Amino acid sequence: MPAFILSRILQAIPVLLVVGFISFAMFAFVGDPVTAMLGQDYTEAQRIALVHKLGLDQPFFVQYAKFMWAAAQGEFGLSYRLARPVSGLILERLPATVELAMTSATLALLIGVPMGVYTGIRRNSFASRAFMVFSLLGVSLPTFLIGILLILVFAVLLGWLPSFGRGEVVHFSHWSTGFFTVSGLKALILPAVTLGLFQMTLIMRLVRSEMLEVLRSDYIKFARARGLSQRAINFGHALKNTLVPVITIVGLQLGGLIGFSIVTETVFQWPGMGLLLVQSIQVADIPVMSAYLLLISVVFMGINLVVDLLYYAVDPRLRMTRRVSANAP
Amino acid sequence: MTLLDVQDLTVEFPTRRGTLRAIDSISFSIGTGEILGVVGESGAGKSLTGAAIIGLLEPPGRIAGGQILFAGKRIDNLSQDRMRAIRGRQIGAIFQDPLTTLDPLVSIGRQLVETIQTHLRLSDRDAKARAIKWLEEVGIPAARARIDAYPHEFSGGMRQRVVIALALCAEPRLVIADEPTTALDVSIQAQIIELLKRLARDHGTSVMLVTHDMGVIAETCDRVAVMYAGRIAEIGPVVEVVRHPKHPYSEGLMGSIPSLEHRVARLRQIDGAMPRLAAIPPGCPYNPRCPKVFDRCRVERPGLLEADATRAACWLYDKAAAHV
Repeated sequence: MPAFILSRILQAIPVLLVVGFISFAMFAFVGDPVTAMLGQDYTEAQRIALVHKLGLDQPFFVQYAKFMWAAAQGEFGLSYRLARPVSGLILERLPATVELAMTSATLALLIGVPMGVYTGIRRNSFASRAFMVFSLLGVSLPTFLIGILLILVFAVLLGWLPSFGRGEVVHFSHWSTGFFTVSGLKALILPAVTLGLFQMTLIMRLVRSEMLEVLRSDYIKFARARGLSQRAINFGHALKNTLVPVITIVGLQLGGLIGFSIVTETVFQWPGMGLLLVQSIQVADIPVMSAYLLLISVVFMGINLVVDLLYYAVDPRLRMTRRVSANAP
Repeated sequence: MTLLDVQDLTVEFPTRRGTLRAIDSISFSIGTGEILGVVGESGAGKSLTGAAIIGLLEPPGRIAGGQILFAGKRIDNLSQDRMRAIRGRQIGAIFQDPLTTLDPLVSIGRQLVETIQTHLRLSDRDAKARAIKWLEEVGIPAARARIDAYPHEFSGGMRQRVVIALALCAEPRLVIADEPTTALDVSIQAQIIELLKRLARDHGTSVMLVTHDMGVIAETCDRVAVMYAGRIAEIGPVVEVVRHPKHPYSEGLMGSIPSLEHRVARLRQIDGAMPRLAAIPPGCPYNPRCPKVFDRCRVERPGLLEADATRAACWLYDKAAAHV
């Protein structure tokens, strides 16, 4: 198992180099930092001095290597817009996004999986049909529209929940959390529902279709012929077999939740990384954009690793191939 | 003593273009400890008969008539819960393809223990001991060590042995074996049939053996039912049906078995194909292919008639008409 994890980490390195290259290339294509920093009046000597000081006169690959080396240490330079270290900016915004994404993911899983199982087992019941219609809305309505509709109903018309911000937060060293204050929790509800609704309905539809597929299989028929209870068949055998494909999709979706919470954060003015990215894009704040790009790719690779490890936990056939390959000379 | 008594069983499938009658009032019985073979071409209704008996017809298929008596009690109209208590405990089932009948994600020991504990009040330890005993009985080598293995770690033949252990571990009185050897290598087939025979004898289990392999029938069964287009064409002691088939269809089937003793230049084959369910001809369903067909066969449907030691659904054996 450690060998497997190590090999996956080694495989991730080329991917990071490529993503890093794209991040790095953004600097060359969007604007010229030298003219931006020098202002309106400068001499050619001043320009050359600055170019030299910034290292922009060095060969391309040396610059790229320096960039990657700094990035590996969490250094992305100063934000053009705020003149503060990018790493600090991102760390400050990270807790808000992680809390929002985790809450959405938990909601999506806790509601989506049982609904999928239910609609799979009782596919002709009234409730199942209602869930399916509802899920169609969830899958097809764009996130920003859901967010705006929720704000209209729960913030404007009913006045129950705040429409923007994160409420009061509590700080634990670098981490800020909204989980321990009433206003923090209230502020979390609408964005979490908005962000999680699509995932929830997607998970539900996926679990349902996998469940229908598995329930037709021979081993389920044989389990019936063995006289097992409906409960043992549905949860002991059918659900377990639907998990493998579901884990794949859910894993990728969770990465998406963190990476693409941009729209939700913008609608709710949620002070997370997505909002930071949007604000940075508006003023072409390249260091923040490139750091964000690298961070998201690391998150996706981490999640893929976890997904692979979960496969091993669920499917004994994969454990088998590992054992065999480990024994091979 | 009669264990299973099927009377006028009819199975129908409602479709958009009308109701298809897949099994048309068939009657037969299986005695305690008896092995009944059921043969016929694909689509003759063999497997459906088995599914109807254990109450696992795939919807929209349904029992449209007749009754099924097991140990003297009707089981065709039981609730799902009552029927579930019978499946596995009273009537076991063995399926065709051992590669797909075992849950790939659950160890075979776990599958055995859960089946045993569903039907018998046994502690985890006792259930596991029983599971190991059954694995040994079906001939899994090193059963104690392999009980935590997963299905993919076994070969096809070994998996079918595990399936047999699963079907028999709660000691049902009847086992419905639906083509248990069709998916296996020829060399393994004989072993599995031999195992099934031995277990049935040792435990006094009755067997309904569905197959299209006449060779298997001949060396395994006590009696045999030949099915054609959802009906029983002939039923009787296996020796009689194999040696002296009465129904022209059984005769055709027997003629198509290759034999080392009686070499013939060319195996006989039955011309034509079995009719589709939507287009079963009036009268005897076999009449368009029958070499001995006469007028009455095309109009009137024959019931099972006494024909020496067997009973055949054929007008050739209508004694009342013969006297006229």
